Amino acid sequence: MTDLLPSETRATGPAIGTPASGIFVQTPSQTVGPFYGYALPYDKGPELVPGHHPHAIRLHGTVTDGAGEPVIDALLEIWQADGEGALSSELGSLDRDGFTFTGFGRAATTMAGHYTFTTVKPGPVAGHAPYVLVTIFARGLTHHLFTRVYFEADTALLATDTVLAQVPADRRSTLISVQDGPASYRFDIRLQGEGETVFLDFDA
Amino acid sequence: MPHDTLPAPARGSGQESQDSVTAEIRAIEADAARRVQQGGSPELHPRRDYPPYRSSLLRHPTHELVRVDPEEVERVSPAFGHTDVNVLESDLTIQHVGEPLGERMTVSGRVLDGEGRPVRHQLVELWQANAGGRYVHKRDQHPAPLDPNFTGVGRVITGDNGEYKFTTIKPGAYPWKNHVNAWRPAHIHFSLFGNAFTQRLITQMYFPGDPLFALDPIYQSIADPAARARLVGTYDHDLSVSEWSIGYNWDIVLTGPKATWMEGEDAHD
Repeated sequence: MTDLLPSETRATGPAIGTPASGIFVQTPSQTVGPFYGYALPYDKGPELVPGHHPHAIRLHGTVTDGAGEPVIDALLEIWQADGEGALSSELGSLDRDGFTFTGFGRAATTMAGHYTFTTVKPGPVAGHAPYVLVTIFARGLTHHLFTRVYFEADTALLATDTVLAQVPADRRSTLISVQDGPASYRFDIRLQGEGETVFLDFDA
Repeated sequence: MPHDTLPAPARGSGQESQDSVTAEIRAIEADAARRVQQGGSPELHPRRDYPPYRSSLLRHPTHELVRVDPEEVERVSPAFGHTDVNVLESDLTIQHVGEPLGERMTVSGRVLDGEGRPVRHQLVELWQANAGGRYVHKRDQHPAPLDPNFTGVGRVITGDNGEYKFTTIKPGAYPWKNHVNAWRPAHIHFSLFGNAFTQRLITQMYFPGDPLFALDPIYQSIADPAARARLVGTYDHDLSVSEWSIGYNWDIVLTGPKATWMEGEDAHD
């Protein structure tokens, strides 16, 4: 194995987790597996706002693997600011009242590997290019993947975004959704291979 | 034709033997140990590209992850609470008319961050197979019985000290199609949210002493033995209740990469 990602090789020194270190060692990840379908998806999970909300958008796409085949057992979560760029601290993501925007959504892919969220286009947070944070879980993913959905209309903010600037120019487009309707944005996720989506790891 | 001259089954065909998969597992573990001997840090998480787990072959990214500073979006988490989760959802044995079959147990512990601080009032979700090793999932067609009194799904909101507690039954081991005669050790799936979205974690809790550990490519995808041992709950007799339930303890530590990025502080003792 010579293809370890740096994110996985960097880890703790041997002192971590010993009483003297005072540092608690992270619990490892494990795959979500194939059998979460009756447990994690929930009613209205993909609907951060109802479809009739005046600013509702569709955020959707297909998840594919290294052979280009649809991933039919992926689970996606999104987390985002509201249209004004505010992050919600409201309860109620799991039992939506139809009015409160909590900023969190969860959707499983269909038999075609397709996912759909109904949400609003986020506003800029602290002046940065607005985006939706996406977390991907699936059988075969030993550890979830993070990525971000940006919006192509935000030309000026995208041009100066420091995160996008860290991404190789020829892969940057994988983070930018394509508007495919008056209120619809497409964001396909390619886990591996040609056009592989840029996945992020976060420094704190 | 002598048996040992037959062509080996193709990787990922599902027809490979446990012995050949185990040999791959041990080779990767040896590689990880060698890296540590050479001064590298132990691997805290599973390898994303872990060939013994065949489903990872076409699903792991081949590019390095791009390391960036989290913005405010990643530094906070959604809020969950009493309007999301009913207190009864932490007891998986009372969701139906009758009692589920199996060994009644409690699993309890604390959710902490990398500094040992409690993760308060956050969502913990759990799902598992029944005592026969069968999930209530249409794609699970393993011919073990479903239990009409057990669904295997629970949720809880952590308390002021990050504590959680579930009452459930011990799940059974079950077969899967990674290779011939592949069995998953008994486990419970856990989903956790931290104070920051960077701490999001889905993982599995195992039970001490399981003979399937050494054979299981999912458990072994964490190449460092000490790291994967963190997924094994502890039997705690003080948590067992006389003539009622067996008690396990399992603490979960969520932390962002920064808190584990200790390269400059590697101890050399």
